[in-house]
Amino acid sequence: MSESKSEWPLFEVFIRAHSGLDHKHVGSIHAVDTRMAIEHARDVYTRRQEGVSIWVVRSSDIVASDPAEADALFEPAKDKIYRHPTFYAIPDEVKNL
Amino acid sequence: MYTQGLDSLGKECLQQEGADSGVLEARFQGKVDADEKIEPKDWMPDAYRQTLIRQISQHAHSEIVGMLPEGNWITRAPTLKRKAVLIAKVQDEGGHGMYLYSAAETLGISRDQMFEQLLSGAAKYSSIFNYPTPTWADVGAIGWLVDGAAIMNQIPICRCSYGPYARAMVRICKEESFHQRQGFEIMMMLARGTEAQRRMAQEALDRWWWPSLMMFGPSDAQSKHTAQSMRWKIKRFTNDELRQKFVDITVPQADYLGLKVPDPKLKWDPTAQHYEFGPIDWSEFNAVLKGNGPCNRERLEARRRAWEEGGWVRDAAMAHAEKQRRRQVQAA
Repeated sequence: MSESKSEWPLFEVFIRAHSGLDHKHVGSIHAVDTRMAIEHARDVYTRRQEGVSIWVVRSSDIVASDPAEADALFEPAKDKIYRHPTFYAIPDEVKNL
Repeated sequence: MYTQGLDSLGKECLQQEGADSGVLEARFQGKVDADEKIEPKDWMPDAYRQTLIRQISQHAHSEIVGMLPEGNWITRAPTLKRKAVLIAKVQDEGGHGMYLYSAAETLGISRDQMFEQLLSGAAKYSSIFNYPTPTWADVGAIGWLVDGAAIMNQIPICRCSYGPYARAMVRICKEESFHQRQGFEIMMMLARGTEAQRRMAQEALDRWWWPSLMMFGPSDAQSKHTAQSMRWKIKRFTNDELRQKFVDITVPQADYLGLKVPDPKLKWDPTAQHYEFGPIDWSEFNAVLKGNGPCNRERLEARRRAWEEGGWVRDAAMAHAEKQRRRQVQAA
């Protein structure tokens, strides 16, 4: 193959399925710039009206937490069950609580 | 879609991992056993990663090469409706290839590397696409049988242990059902048409039946790596189980069309509640896999030409984007 080795950058694609819903990650796409990324995302991810809005962001701009640090990050929330309403015992005769 | 030989692990699977990875490996297998998904940044055994890269990229290549036999009929579809449907289907196959390439990229291989492997002949794609489509009925038979076999293969992969692959498969399976139904509808129209049309449908069934059964890959007895793939939950059913299921649901559909499945040994076994079918000619399968099918050269040549002729477009788009960026910087 005789082409240059410069691969088009990778973008992550987020789609809002209906107004009122959050944008949700659906996959990725290669494009030369953000405009082309949106056009390609339209063709690849919304051929059946799956969306009303698209976000694209360069994959290299995403900063992710490290799975190896998952315990350190998320463990502290585990023993704080008093943050959930079911932690509190309220007699049945009390209504609307 | 179109996977096959889903158990074709490479030699790296046979390598022993270092002893220190034992703990990580046990934790990994624990997650898989508990039906938790493995995500791109999670630790995984190298053999698992290599197996997935090979399987997902070959699946993607199959989608891309799969556009060719049907694309052959876009300009000659019999009506405007059929033409619109066929374009949509072929576009879907391209889209499926894109979902899958993105899923494979999360494992650390680049899109260009995968293309190189396809174009150099190093990577395989489903052998089914090395068969020609001489008549319009072949388009119907592909949708009905080839996409039907693909669905059978792909639905279990929606529950694959690797998150990005499983999610791509969910999207693909949703779209695949249209492919199969439009194909069956084409067969139905032909089977109810003139004698010549009915014959055309029968001949297409004759051409595609056995290659479709081969799509499930070698028989379990020949399939060395099924056990490992099943332990990793990349694979959920064996090749023979899926093939049997396909035969059981497809034969009544052929009966409905009034067409005859080209297998003199085919018969219903009321005790087993399955169809018995004749032996598969694996020498044909192996010849096609080795590159000696009716269209192997033509298919790869078409992909190489598309890649080379598109080269200037890829370069020009990049150059244009660069120029726009520089201008924006200057204007700021």
